[in-house]
Order: sequence, then structure tokens, then C-alpha cells
Amino acid sequence: MAELTEFGVAAIRDGVKGGTFSAREAAEAYIAAMEAGRALNAYVVETPDHALAAADAADAARVSGDLKPLSGVPLGIKDLFCTEGVQTTAGSRMLEGYKPVYESTVSGNLFAAGAGMLGKLNMDEFAMGSSNETSAFGNVLSPWRRNDGGNVALTPGGSSGGSASAVSARLAPGVTGTDTGGSIRQPAAFTGITGIKPTYGRCSRWGVVAFASSLDQAGPMARDVRDCAILLEAMAGFDAKDATSLDLPVPNWEALLSSDIRGKRIGIPKEYRIDGVPAEIDAAWEQGIAWLRDAGAEIVEVSLPHTKYALPAYYIIAPAEASSNLARYDGVRYGLRVQPAQGGLNDMYEATRAAGFGAEVKRRIMIGTYVLSAGFYDAYFNQAQKVRALIARDFEQAFAQVDLLLTPTAPSAAFGLGEKLADPIAMYLNDVFAVPASLAGLPAISVPAGLDGQGLPLGLQIIGRPLDEQGVLNAALAFEERAGFTHRAEAWW
Amino acid sequence: MSVDEAKVRHIAKLARLAVTDEEVRALAPELSNILGWVEQLGEVNVEGVAPMTAVIPNILRLREDIVTEGDRRDAVLANAPVAEHGFFAVPKVIE
Amino acid sequence: MSDYRIQGATGEWEVVIGLEVHAQVTSKAKLFSGASTAFGAEPNTQVALVDAAFPGMLPVPNEECLRQAVRTGMAINAEINAWSRFDRKNYFYADLPQGYQISQLYHPIVGEGEIEVDLESGATKTIGIERIHLEQDAGKLMHDQHPSFSYVDLNRTGVALMEIVSRADMRSPEEAGAYVRKLRSILRYVGSCDGNMEQGSMRADVNVSVRKPGDALGTRTETKNVNSVRFIMAVIEHEARRQVDLIEDGGIVVQETRLYDPDRNETRSLRSKEDAHDYRYFPDPDLLPVELSDAFLAECRASLPELPDAKRARYEGELGLSAYNASVLTAEVETARWFEALLASPGKPDAQRASNWVTSELFGALNRLGKGIEESPVTPAQGGELIGLIADGTLSGTLAKQVFEIMLETGEDPGAIVEARGLKQTSDTGAIEAVIAEVLANNPNQLEQYRGGKEALFGFFVGQTMKAMQGKANPAVVNELLKKALG
Repeated sequence: MAELTEFGVAAIRDGVKGGTFSAREAAEAYIAAMEAGRALNAYVVETPDHALAAADAADAARVSGDLKPLSGVPLGIKDLFCTEGVQTTAGSRMLEGYKPVYESTVSGNLFAAGAGMLGKLNMDEFAMGSSNETSAFGNVLSPWRRNDGGNVALTPGGSSGGSASAVSARLAPGVTGTDTGGSIRQPAAFTGITGIKPTYGRCSRWGVVAFASSLDQAGPMARDVRDCAILLEAMAGFDAKDATSLDLPVPNWEALLSSDIRGKRIGIPKEYRIDGVPAEIDAAWEQGIAWLRDAGAEIVEVSLPHTKYALPAYYIIAPAEASSNLARYDGVRYGLRVQPAQGGLNDMYEATRAAGFGAEVKRRIMIGTYVLSAGFYDAYFNQAQKVRALIARDFEQAFAQVDLLLTPTAPSAAFGLGEKLADPIAMYLNDVFAVPASLAGLPAISVPAGLDGQGLPLGLQIIGRPLDEQGVLNAALAFEERAGFTHRAEAWW
Repeated sequence: MSVDEAKVRHIAKLARLAVTDEEVRALAPELSNILGWVEQLGEVNVEGVAPMTAVIPNILRLREDIVTEGDRRDAVLANAPVAEHGFFAVPKVIE
Repeated sequence: MSDYRIQGATGEWEVVIGLEVHAQVTSKAKLFSGASTAFGAEPNTQVALVDAAFPGMLPVPNEECLRQAVRTGMAINAEINAWSRFDRKNYFYADLPQGYQISQLYHPIVGEGEIEVDLESGATKTIGIERIHLEQDAGKLMHDQHPSFSYVDLNRTGVALMEIVSRADMRSPEEAGAYVRKLRSILRYVGSCDGNMEQGSMRADVNVSVRKPGDALGTRTETKNVNSVRFIMAVIEHEARRQVDLIEDGGIVVQETRLYDPDRNETRSLRSKEDAHDYRYFPDPDLLPVELSDAFLAECRASLPELPDAKRARYEGELGLSAYNASVLTAEVETARWFEALLASPGKPDAQRASNWVTSELFGALNRLGKGIEESPVTPAQGGELIGLIADGTLSGTLAKQVFEIMLETGEDPGAIVEARGLKQTSDTGAIEAVIAEVLANNPNQLEQYRGGKEALFGFFVGQTMKAMQGKANPAVVNELLKKALG
């Protein structure tokens, strides 16, 4: 039944549970969609057998009466999660063909909850990018096109570009993404879907290919808030193998979902009004404010004075951590090895890493190496960590006055592939609204707000206090109900 | 901070990245640009501010001193580009 | 002040020495993973996924390793830093899978402490310790198994090391040797490291510089991974000499890393690892700062055994042992344990007598047999029994030595040996008198000479009597009766 791809996570879960359709039917529908959607290049590798096996197990569980929370739900898994026996590339030539002998905690949690895997989703190389144009396996295309009649291929955003494209084009009901500096939220905004980055430490990083350790967080992307809550509940939880994991029980986010936000105070940070951002973004923001006010929330202007320093701080800290995390890709124990004839060990390192890494990754490794190098550590890295502490303090002080913050997610709608490649900094600016919440480890969600004049989705971001995913989800639900966003990308593939 | 080609080569060496002359020529202004942009952090008054050490307050959990892993040589060597007699093999190093 | 000097063409040179000792922590599992630390396993069989640095792997610290570092710090009266942090030291090498070593640069777990060492002259010197920090050990590279490959074994990767950094307080090879021996002894007392230098569980980086007495410090070189006290002392002598010759020839000492070649007894410069010193340290973002509770620290302190200096003072003060015996018996924890087991054995031997017996008889035998005290063929209980048999007169000194030899060979108890072979000494006056009479009768010339005034011959008669009685006569009684017989 092809119409089964109309159903998201909750609908499939409930449909299977209620016997409306079988898990296998749902899996088959999505597998067909995935195969038909290859033009989007959202999947690096397809794993229909995995999805079908999980579906069959779900159908059997239904009969025997022990269905699990996600029984019958097939998911796409971002290729940054190590999946046992299944190729995991992190979007890089360095790991082409690499098959881990272990399963990441997060993907393991999802499979233990009964979900199946449709395939591994394409992404910016090592999660470094905002447009999915740095993948060694080709660009991902957004299912959206501008309404000007031209067929300019648009970016779905990044680094979780494949994830966003897949959900938006209904090639999966839900997916995992990761967010280091906006890599869940920005693509969600560009493709008109919902994506949440939880509090740092909610989801285990064990088995997630590391980019920037103090920033990386796994999170779900799906069609609506409820689906995200369901997936996040299954993904999250304490993991003793990750020393930064939070030892706290996972709240019943889905059960406690409520769009009643009367009395909640929503902060509007004035530093997020930036010159040069299209007027439509501002308009969507104003519209969002109105909706939340209508939902009974109180709107308060707040100040986050160090906002403009968040991006530069991020582009010191993240590359620094990455330069160290990516040192293990050296051709010795796994992954690509390039051995120049007559060359020694260092030659092997240099040639392997030159061939295995793309330009953006190399650029960030070099920035990271530089800011940590002798004589520069204090001026750059240490300074950035201090600014980071100030940014976190800004939020803390704001949250003394308000419960949540509402901001735009991205400074533009999706742009065309190739449009922003000339200047790295132009690409980095995509994350100007997303990065501060990453630096402070706060839970943040992007929800679709509407379409711009060219028919492209715009998203708004809701940021909450540490550990207040419920507050964020609830406000997002209230927003979603009033936004009534039902727009779909018209299938051109 | 302006980064010249010599510096680019030095950083590339530290990071074990082979770079062609062409790449060096392109990287120098690119990196200078990015570094110049991040330098605005120097404007911020950070007096009395400690660098962030933990993103979300948490205690460092320790593990118990018991042997829980090992004896997985095949798994450990499974992805090795070159492995022989139970070892990883790399080009000979002279110490 | 040490008067050790290198004689140069332009005068005398003083040597300044600092040691960085890497001591493998005694623990079952590694510092950040659950793989075993046992020595001698097949290659790559004690490797966790974290140790091999697979994508997405994360470190979690082993509580016991932190505990051992703290206990060691307490044993050297050092400052313990309840708050400390792990930093990454970034560099590339085939024995370092992560491309960085997790160490502690900025905030080590242990701060300043000190060790007292005894020198041959009888003087003691205090050697300062700057810090102790925890870090991961690297793997092993083998270069001689294949013509064009080096082989990598990651079993040792991630084993916990304590890096114990001394102040540059040493001024001679002797001081350095004494320091390492004392440090090793303390580590073995505490049980935080087995100090087995041959196996590599303890090794030293030797920093040496030279200067004319009174001048500012010279440039130092570092000779890495020296794994015996003898070699450490040889490195110092050789390196100091090399530097003096170099400077006097008009050269400059370059700050560099060197390796010791024991076969040639020389140090040579490591091929310069360009940029080897830019390790780009930064706090490891996969780990939070270490915070040790008061309860944790209290348990560490309570778990410490009596340490060598305190034990030695007690042996001298309470047990009344000589300074020499007390020192020798406490130098190694196994010796002290053996000795205390001896004192506690059923015989409850007198401490002074026991200490003399151990240091002369037992040590003499062990040296001869080439065995350490842990391999002693004689147990403390047996030693106690033997000492008791001497004390109660059953055995003379000579007989005791005989019995001891048999004990060493057969492992039998002394009592049983004495019974089986009738080795008791006799104090039977009748029997002895009879033998004396015979001896005197058989040696008329000597008797006449003795009576004539040659008193030295008394010893001759004693010897003859003892011989005739196969050494089993109580010497004191023989003396008494012989005097009587000779008038």
C-alpha cells in the first residue's frame, strides 16, 4: 500500500498495534519509496532486509502480545551512527566500505525498541557542513523546488541533509540525525519538518563517529512534534560507556505532551534580529510570536548579549576538537590506506589523510590544529571556552525571566547547490541562530512555520532550559497546532 | 592573524595532511580569512571568567577495576588494511 | 652537597639530573577501558575497541588507577589534588591509535612531594618530586619481524602509567640510582606498581645537563625509556661526559631527545621528530574533571601499609635493631614481610638475633643460590625454629650452619633434621672429658709445649677435641673442661 508512506511514526506504530496493516506492509511501502527516491541521493546504502526482518518480528510480536515501543516502524539512520555489519562512512571516503563490529548505543536502542533500518542516510563529511555538499557520496537534493519554474537543485541543509530529505520526501517516517552546530535544526527548517537536539548528554555518543565531542548530540527528525517525542524517548538514556552521558531517567515525553502553554513566558532575544536577514524570516518570527501569544503564553523581550560571538567561538572550539578526534584516521587499523611507493609511515599518514578527507574537513582540521598550537592556545581556544561560558551564562540569566526562547532557525530558506561554496564563512553563517544553544548544551527544536515567497519552508526554533525537553516539545506542539503546516514538496523525482 | 604559505605547510605537517602547492596557495588566504573572522573574540571582556569545563553539570563516573573486554583479536583486526600474524602492519619505522 | 664532578679540560663540571619515571599502575584493567593489563599475552588479545580507537569509542576512567595514584602520592607526602583533569597530548605514531595520548598536563592528580634517599657516605638527601600524573601507555612496535613492515601490538595501549616527575635535585649517578631504588621500593610497598624494570613496568627518562659549579643551569637532554638502575647511572655518566666534551670543543648542547644503546653504552639522538614538541594539549572533552571525595581520600590513606622509612625507624627504635640491619631489612617490602613473619612465627625469636641471622646467614645463602627472598627455600617459620634451637643450646653455631645447609637443600624442618641425623650438640661432661683425655694423651709434644708456656696451643686442643667429637660438643663446655684438664 503506497499510501502507507503518508503515515508517520506514531501512525505506523499505532496502525501495526491495532492491526490496521502489517508491519511488513509498512516496511515494503517505505522501501519502495526509498528506491523510487534515489534521485535525491538521501541514502548512501539501503538495507531493506534489516527493515523487513524487524517488520516480521513486529508482526510476530503483535500476535504473541509483546509489542515494543517502536515495533513496526522503519527508520533511516544517519551514516554517522556505527551500525554493526553495515557500512558506516560518516559521508567520507576515509570510511568507504568500513563495517563496524559494534552497534552505536542510540541505534541499538532504537532497534531494541523494535524499529527497523531502511538504510544509512547521506550527510556532510564527518558532520562538517550546512548544505550536504561535502559528502564523498554526492550532494543530497532537497525535495523542495522554488516556485519560479526553474529547476534549480536546492540543498536540504546539513549536515543531516539525507535525514531531512528522506523525511520530507516521505522516504522514511522518521530518522536519526546529529546536531553539533545546527545539523538537525537547520535542515529541518529548510525541508519543512521537525527536528530536535536534546540537552547535551541525553543521548549517548558511544558509537557515534565523533566530530566535536563537547557539542555532538544525536536527535530525531520527523514530520511532527509527537513523532519526535516518540523517537527521542527511544533514543535517549544513560550509557555508562559515555562519561558525558546524563544519569537521569528518560521522561515520558510523549505521554506528557500537551499544547497547553498558558502562563509560559517566551523570551524573544533581541540580538537574534540581524541585519541582512530576509524580511520574510522576520515576518515568520512575528507570526510565531503571535501564535504563542494566542496559546496563552506571555511574550518577553530578553537579551543574550554575547550572541554575536557564538559563531566565532564555535568555529574555534569545534575544529579544535575535530582536529584531535580525526587524528585516528591514519590508515593503520581501519578505513582507507594510501601507501606511496618508497614511502614510510609519515608518508602513509599524509597521503591517506589527503586522499580520505575532503576540502572542508581538511580546512577545519587545519583551523583546529592552528588554534591549539603552541602560542595560540590562550588567545584562541582558551578565549573561546571563556566566551562559551559567558554565552551559557547569558542563557541562564535569560531563563531566570522566561521559560523558553523563540527565534528563527536559519537566516534564509534553502539555497541552491553551489550557491554558497565560494566563501566558507558565508556557509558558516547559516548556523548563526543554531550555534548558541549548541555551545550551551540546551535542548532546541525547529518547527515549520510556513513558506516564503518562493514556496520554500521556513522554520522557527524553540530553546529551553537544560533538561526541559518537555517544555520545548510542548511549546512546539502548541506552535504546530496553530501553524497548521501541511505543505508538501511536490514529487519531481 | 595572517597565515602565510610557510605556516600552512607547517600546520599541514602537524596534522599529517599532504598538501599540493596549489592547495597551499589557496589555503593561505582562506585560513587567514577564517582566523581573522574568529579573532573578534578578542574583543570580549573575559576577566574573571573560567573556561567552560563541563557543558552540563555532571559528575565524572568511574569504572570498576574488572576485566570486561579483550580476546577479540579477529574483531580488532577485521578492518585492518594490512594485518599479519596477529599484528597491524605499517611501513617499517626506524628508531 | 655532592662532590661528583666531571673533569674537563677547562675545569670541573657539575651534573644536574632530573628523572621522569613511568610506572605502570597495578590494576586488573586499563586506565580507560576494560581490557586486561596482564603481561605476556598473545598480540592484540588484550585490546578493547576503545584502545584500538575505532570510530565513536569513548574513554571511561578506572577508579582503581586513580586510587593507586593517590596512594602513591600519599606515600611520598605529596599534595593530593582532589580536583584534577585529563588533557589530550596530540601527536602521530603507529603505537598511538587515537592520535593523542590522554594525560594530565594542566592539573595533575598529585602535586609536590619528596623522597629521602640514603647515600653510601651515610648521609641522607631529600629529592623533591614535582608531580605525579596519570596517563595512557602506548602500544608496542616491532621492527625486526619483517623486512619492510613494522608490526603493531596494542596490548599495552591504554595501560595506566603514573608519571613521577622529580625535581632536578640530583647531582650524581649515585644519587640518581639511590632515588630510583627508593622510589621503586616505595611503589612496591604501596602496591601501586610492581617495579619490574626488565619487563618494562617501570622505566625512566633521564634529563641531564652540566654546568660549572655556581653557574646557571645548562641546556638539558632527555634520554628516554631507560629500564634499569645500572643503565640510568651509565646514561648519566656518558651523557654528562659527552656534553662537557662538546661544550669544551666549542659546541652547544641542543635540547633534544636521545636513546640509550646498552650494547654500545652510548646515547644517540633520535631522528628529529619535527614539531615533536607541539603537542597542542587541551582538556579532553570526552571526560569531565576528576573530583575525589573526602571518603575516597580517607580510604586511600587508611589503606597504606607501614612505609619503609617509618618501618626502619620502628625497627631501630622499638625492636632495637642496628641501623644497618634496620636499613637492609626494610629496603624491600618482601624482605620486611619475611622478617616480620619470622618474628611472628611460633618460635617468637628475639628480634636482634633474628635480624642478624637473616642479614648474614639467610642473605648469604640466597646470594649464593641466586634467589630472591620470595623464592627462599626456607620459610620464616623454619627460620624461627632454627634460631630457637641455637638459642636453647641444642645447636652450636657450627652445627646450626650445617643444619641450615640441609634445610636449604631439602626444605625439611630443622627439628626433624636434628633428630634424624643426631646433630644435637652434646654437653655430656663425661663424654667430653674422656675425649679430652684421649686428645691430650695423643699429643704429648703439644702438651709439653703448652705446659712450657705456649698458650696459643689451647686452641689446638679445642680444635682436636671438636674434631674428635665431630663438631657436636658444646664449645663452652669443651673450653671449661679443657681448662680444668690442662690445669
